[in-house]
Amino acid sequence: MENTFELSVTVNGTSYQESVDPRILLSDFLRDGLGLTGTHVGCEHGVCGACTVLLNGAPVRSCLIFAPQVHNQEIMTVEGLGTEDDMHPLQEAFKEAHALQCGFCTPGILTTLLPWLEDNPNPTEDDIREAISGNLCRCTGYQHIVDAVKLAAEKMN
Amino acid sequence: MKPAPFKYCAPHSVPEVLELINEHGYDAKILAGGQSLVPMMNFRLVQPAVLVDINNIPELSYIEPHENGIRLGAMVRHSQAEKDPLIKEKSPLIHETMPQIATVQIRNRGTIGGSLAHADASAELVVVSSVLEAKFKIQNQKGERLVPANEFFVGLLMTSMEPEDLLVEIQIPALPPRSGWSIKEVARRPHDFALMGVAAILTLDKKDRCTEARMVYLSAGDGPISAPEAANLLIGNEITPELISAASEKASIDEIDPGSDIHATAEFRRHLANVLTRRALEEAFQRARGGK
Repeated sequence: MENTFELSVTVNGTSYQESVDPRILLSDFLRDGLGLTGTHVGCEHGVCGACTVLLNGAPVRSCLIFAPQVHNQEIMTVEGLGTEDDMHPLQEAFKEAHALQCGFCTPGILTTLLPWLEDNPNPTEDDIREAISGNLCRCTGYQHIVDAVKLAAEKMN
Repeated sequence: MKPAPFKYCAPHSVPEVLELINEHGYDAKILAGGQSLVPMMNFRLVQPAVLVDINNIPELSYIEPHENGIRLGAMVRHSQAEKDPLIKEKSPLIHETMPQIATVQIRNRGTIGGSLAHADASAELVVVSSVLEAKFKIQNQKGERLVPANEFFVGLLMTSMEPEDLLVEIQIPALPPRSGWSIKEVARRPHDFALMGVAAILTLDKKDRCTEARMVYLSAGDGPISAPEAANLLIGNEITPELISAASEKASIDEIDPGSDIHATAEFRRHLANVLTRRALEEAFQRARGGK
């Protein structure tokens, strides 16, 4: 390929050097390039929030960023949160409160909430609904997600 | 759904950007926050041959005082503006508008300059910069010019900028003393594109007579739509509930031109405009009276 970009990026604390086609979206780079399939691809035009990752600590839509744009920067995906055996309190809360059914939206919601809960340790229900307003869930009706966030806030305090 | 191939350029200075866009003209597209451009590229509605990424130019991200008002570098991100103390102090209308724009993930990436250059008629910043009579500093390789908002927005997704032009700065003038402001909108879901919205500014004299009134509407036509005739009903008069109702009706019936689509009929949008104008003018009036 004549038109490649030599990308250096840190994802979940690991450095990667990859040659990428510049038109590769960050979401596809994470999934297809690095095999980090926890980041989900839903609408691919910035509406559903399933592809949310943290770019230098801030939640962004990875389907609206080209891979070369994260050159020399830090990404965190849901894989960076915890493991099956050692879950993050936020993940534990989602499990305990039954905050997911199909789970497609969950990675985007978790990555959105991680920095938000640090800034908002005692959120109200309205605060929580506002915080997840950029993430679509078609299964739960959101109620159990709201419950999980309250539980997570307690666990993380 | 993936973008068509393009040549990716990531210059580190404004002169380099100007050189690239001068060389490639209509074949090049500037990538700011990308929150409108990248969806259009994903759908292949836009297929630039050259993409000029201006995210590596930190000197376009300033927020500074300027002639009693403020000026913003074009690459100030929405989330930066949302939290900025100078904007909160000098331009409370912008401060109050920011959290209404899109979602947190979009605001972390989207830029003020990108939203304005995209000139979407349903974008809050397009309307707010119009009602505040912002000025746009535009550079190209031949020099720079300052364009007022009413000459910057020229139509559907169109500005008066040429392909070799780069928007580098937005200047927001200070409001006169005893001015009040408001922004009201209705969207089906929070943070979605608004079906209708209005930004309003009222200025009062010492006897509470209106000396200046401006209303600008979003989703009401091809660009930001102002309502000068409705404003003229207010100017020179004492603001009363009856006068506010008359101005709201005037604007919603005679001055805006909303379309019908899957989301709302034109008639419903006019109804919303009427109600929102009344609420916005009432709030602006109260703020003007309480203000210094």
